[in-house]
Amino acid sequence: MKRLLSIELQKIWLNKASRVLTLTYFILLSFIALIASINFNIGPIKFQVAEMGIFNFPYIWHFNTYIAAILKLFLAIVIVSMMANEYSYGTLKQNLIDGLSKKEFILSKFITIVLFALCSTVFVSILSLILGYSFSSYNELSIVFSDLDYLLAFFVKLVGFFSFCLFLGILVKRSAFALGFLLVWNVIEAIGKGFLNFRIFPEGKMAGYITQFFPLESMANLIVEPFTRTSLVKTIGTQIGVENIKDYSVHFSDIAIVLCWTIIFLFLSYRILKNRDL
Amino acid sequence: METILSIHNLNKRYGGLQALKNVSLEITKGNVYGILGPNGSGKSTTLGIVLNVVNKTSGEYSWFGGNLQTHEALKKVGAIIERPNFYPYMTAVQNLKLVCKIKNIDYSKVDEKLELVGLTDRKNSKFSTFSLGMKQRLAIASALLNDPEILILDEPTNGLDPQGIHQIRDIIKHIASKGTTILLASHLLDEVEKVCSHVLVLRKGQVLYSGPVDGVSANEGFFELQADDMENLIIVLNTHPAIDKITTADAKILVYLKSKLESKDLNQFLFANNICLSHLVKRKNSLEEQFLELTKNQ
Repeated sequence: MKRLLSIELQKIWLNKASRVLTLTYFILLSFIALIASINFNIGPIKFQVAEMGIFNFPYIWHFNTYIAAILKLFLAIVIVSMMANEYSYGTLKQNLIDGLSKKEFILSKFITIVLFALCSTVFVSILSLILGYSFSSYNELSIVFSDLDYLLAFFVKLVGFFSFCLFLGILVKRSAFALGFLLVWNVIEAIGKGFLNFRIFPEGKMAGYITQFFPLESMANLIVEPFTRTSLVKTIGTQIGVENIKDYSVHFSDIAIVLCWTIIFLFLSYRILKNRDL
Repeated sequence: METILSIHNLNKRYGGLQALKNVSLEITKGNVYGILGPNGSGKSTTLGIVLNVVNKTSGEYSWFGGNLQTHEALKKVGAIIERPNFYPYMTAVQNLKLVCKIKNIDYSKVDEKLELVGLTDRKNSKFSTFSLGMKQRLAIASALLNDPEILILDEPTNGLDPQGIHQIRDIIKHIASKGTTILLASHLLDEVEKVCSHVLVLRKGQVLYSGPVDGVSANEGFFELQADDMENLIIVLNTHPAIDKITTADAKILVYLKSKLESKDLNQFLFANNICLSHLVKRKNSLEEQFLELTKNQ
């Protein structure tokens, strides 16, 4: 396992583009801290975003993981290109001839994916702890370490998404086309969702029940948007009389669905690799 | 003799195309094997299958007596296929170290093998800056990293200039002289003739011949003769029992044989019949001529 990881990390780290993208990703992640310094200065109304409560424990776990997940596209590019490059350089063939089995090949990519997701999760946790302790109104341990399931959801979301990218890289063989396909898939899901919502099941929860099984939708469902949960929005909501009944918590069913997709993507990747003549 | 690779009735279909038809081959330790055939005859497909990159349709193959899984066996094999495949953004050394990791061996041989193929002074240059000849030599270095039991070369001199071809050939001869088993696929016949002891001739996926190089076509060779009195020469030759047929070409007579006949015996026979030769050469068909003969007849 250490051997597989070191093979893969050498491939990624020595590639300048991948290295720059990976570093950019982590640097951008730490820029979440900069949100703290945003000041609104509208004449008499002055407020700092940091004091709006977005860095309060435990809400910060939700907010930071949601924002950080947006940046996953940077690593997605690295993963898609690390797979597509193996095809365009002909090194996939050479690796197999040199004695790597197809199973080991997929496994080395997957371990790297898990490592990326793990690093991101650890990075975001540390960042959140620092930001939280600097700005949060509540510092009691029991509050600080509540709602940690957002971190788990974040990890699962990244692993699932990257597995999807890996699968697309293997399926399409060209990084640009694979990323294009990702975009197209996104649109397909949106259309499918709209169609189910407005044409087939205009009433009831049937549409939502079906769309939660779409791969990208299920990943999006893991961490719902946190913005309407801020105290500011809530206050406005209560003033105009809208009771917010949205469920923000992480559901075990969503995690299970995403893990299923991860397994499916890995299995399909292996199947494609196994049956394709190089 | 220790068997390194045995292939039994291998078949491969690409859709409607039968790329390989019942190919069988046994490779034993210490010999140099050539796979000959025109482009598209199935050479690369055969190698691709035993190297785990092409799926067979049916048939069997086994490495080292079948005790190892294919990918484990391949760690003891060095192989180069058509085009050198490396990571362009890595240097020669980095690429070789990656291969070491894959083969699960330490880095101790990296410098030695770079020296062997003459790339020591460029070892820290990126692969993308290499010429084709250098890339091909790096591929050989990579294939030799684990001191393999068998070296498989698929068109190793394809696309190289004469100098590059010469360098690669020298390296191959050097490796062969150390007793490494080599399997060489090529459509360049003199290449195979120069280095191989056994040969497998393929055409449209079928084995036309398999055996020692000398026996590709089992003829006894032929004589080129010239004398002052050509007519008399032909008359006398026709009386000799070992002679199959006689043809005339460029003022010379080509004499084909049915059975073994040495030059001195023929000379003696003709002299006894009062014919003095001005030209006498015993020749064998070159591998190229034999190969064309063989592939034409089918």
